[in-house]
Amino acid sequence: MVDYSDIGLWEKIRRNKLAYKYILPAALVMAIVTAYPIVYEVWMAFTNFSIVNLKNPHPAFVGLRNFIMILKNQVPLENFNFWRTLGFNVIWTVVNVFFHVTIGISLAMALNTPKFALKKLYRALLIIPWAVPSYISALIWRNMFDTQFGAVNLLLAKLGLPHNIAWLTNPNAPIKFLSILPYAFYADLITNVWLGFPFMMVVATGALQSIPKELYEAARIDGASEAGQFFHITLPLIRFAMMPAIMLGVIWTFNQFNIIYLVSGGGPLGETEILVTQAYKLVNPGGLFGIASAFGLVVFLILLGITLFTNRITKATESAL
Amino acid sequence: MSKRKLIVRLKHLYLHAYVWFWIFVAIFPVLWIISMSLDPRNISKPTTLTLIPPGASLAAYLRVLKHPYQGANVSFVRLLWNSLLVAGGTALLSVLFGATAAYAFSRFKFPGRKAGMLSFLVVFMLPASATLAPLFVILTFLHIRDSLWGLVFAYTSSSLPFAIWNLKGYFDTVPKELEEAALVDGCDRNSAFFRVILPLSVPAIAVTVLFGFMNGWTEWMLAWTFLTKPKSFTLAMTLYNMVGQWNTPWSNFAAFSILVSLPIIIIWFLLQKYIVSGLTLGGVKG
Repeated sequence: MVDYSDIGLWEKIRRNKLAYKYILPAALVMAIVTAYPIVYEVWMAFTNFSIVNLKNPHPAFVGLRNFIMILKNQVPLENFNFWRTLGFNVIWTVVNVFFHVTIGISLAMALNTPKFALKKLYRALLIIPWAVPSYISALIWRNMFDTQFGAVNLLLAKLGLPHNIAWLTNPNAPIKFLSILPYAFYADLITNVWLGFPFMMVVATGALQSIPKELYEAARIDGASEAGQFFHITLPLIRFAMMPAIMLGVIWTFNQFNIIYLVSGGGPLGETEILVTQAYKLVNPGGLFGIASAFGLVVFLILLGITLFTNRITKATESAL
Repeated sequence: MSKRKLIVRLKHLYLHAYVWFWIFVAIFPVLWIISMSLDPRNISKPTTLTLIPPGASLAAYLRVLKHPYQGANVSFVRLLWNSLLVAGGTALLSVLFGATAAYAFSRFKFPGRKAGMLSFLVVFMLPASATLAPLFVILTFLHIRDSLWGLVFAYTSSSLPFAIWNLKGYFDTVPKELEEAALVDGCDRNSAFFRVILPLSVPAIAVTVLFGFMNGWTEWMLAWTFLTKPKSFTLAMTLYNMVGQWNTPWSNFAAFSILVSLPIIIIWFLLQKYIVSGLTLGGVKG
């Protein structure tokens, strides 16, 4: 790359004409299908755009009314509660990513044990949940959580455990002091942990294999215990490789539409709704395009905040830029 | 056997048990769905856990191939063709537009480069449902909402950020000297890109194609919201529609979900090595 720092902006642009030509097709598609809708969304968010305006695009300007309705939970849609949804979304993300990472690392370490038999076969089997398209996994799990005929309750019955659990319809919480988390939360959680641990396992495997073996030998000679080796060598060294994956995991989980929508459907009584499923319902079946736009902008701002925050911690993108 | 060896053996035994527990968790749903798909009774309600149900047959597969979509007369071949069109179109456009853009980001230091990369990242984390309302309205006005082409454009747009990010990371690792040599030999920039860089980046391109294809093949939410004519429905929508009904014919559903996911799983395992390195390279690489 030539250093152009001593010439003017226009000259820089002129000399890089080819670069802009190469970007043009991608930029054009994204401008039409992503950027323009975002701009349009800002306008729609301040109007009472509804189904009738699809034929006659002249809705009335309503100022901040849509935003106020959202923040005050006055949206005319069943079980709409912005603050509960936001809080649930955060809990959902933290709990999921915690399990993804801990299970992923523990399996990667088990399979990284020297002279461990059948490693390759085990890895291939463990990776299966990642290979299945997530919406199909979600549909299968929803089916498995059926109260009377689902595989989960049938399995619990075989093991002699309580097995008449109404996973998806009982609005009560199985753990009393976690009263905001109904059975459906655990159904969603089991599904999403199943879905997400292989990715973290694969990333952790790569990270573990890059740690020089000599470090462990030296630690053993110094008399470090296994736990000591884990906390003083393994964990600090895989942390950096894991961080970008964790950031990705946080965003994927925060926006995990397929699992929530298809397994619990956000129910019962909207208790397992997350922001993206709520945003969808405002459009379909809600048809509340104006409010949906305002809601989409709020989601957008929250995600921007999360991205900037995690990016600051991990510095994942700075190196790639 | 020495005491030390015994301890190692016990530790391995324990670890095998731990790994097997998770293998059981990982394959349990898969076994369940295979078992259901083979059940001959066109059950609506399974009551036992058996791997191979009594009188196992492929009847459910034949049923869904013959009459896949309940409530509308549309053939499996038609649905398959629509899905291939959408998935193939998405894969093709996202790799084509993604590769050229990634090349520019990798090799040129132009004004707006950093802002461009960052904006792709922002779009990457933006979920489809957050811009669903304006997209619905805009595509309606453009009269492409109720068409497969509208879907291809929407999917390409959502596949592009990852495609660009992933390909740029890979292009960065291709030594600049190779390209410079080609330029000295009289190639222009375009042919250097198509003849030197692209052939060297097959793994990253394969992953990009796969992700674009998977996106188009499995997406159902936008499709379900935008499309109204059964003639243009996709396989993913059909599967979703099956579960939406009260009396889900479970063996039909199981057989259909296996048919729909099998191609993806096969390609996924074939490209697995590249997927892992592609994802980690794009993220971790300094």
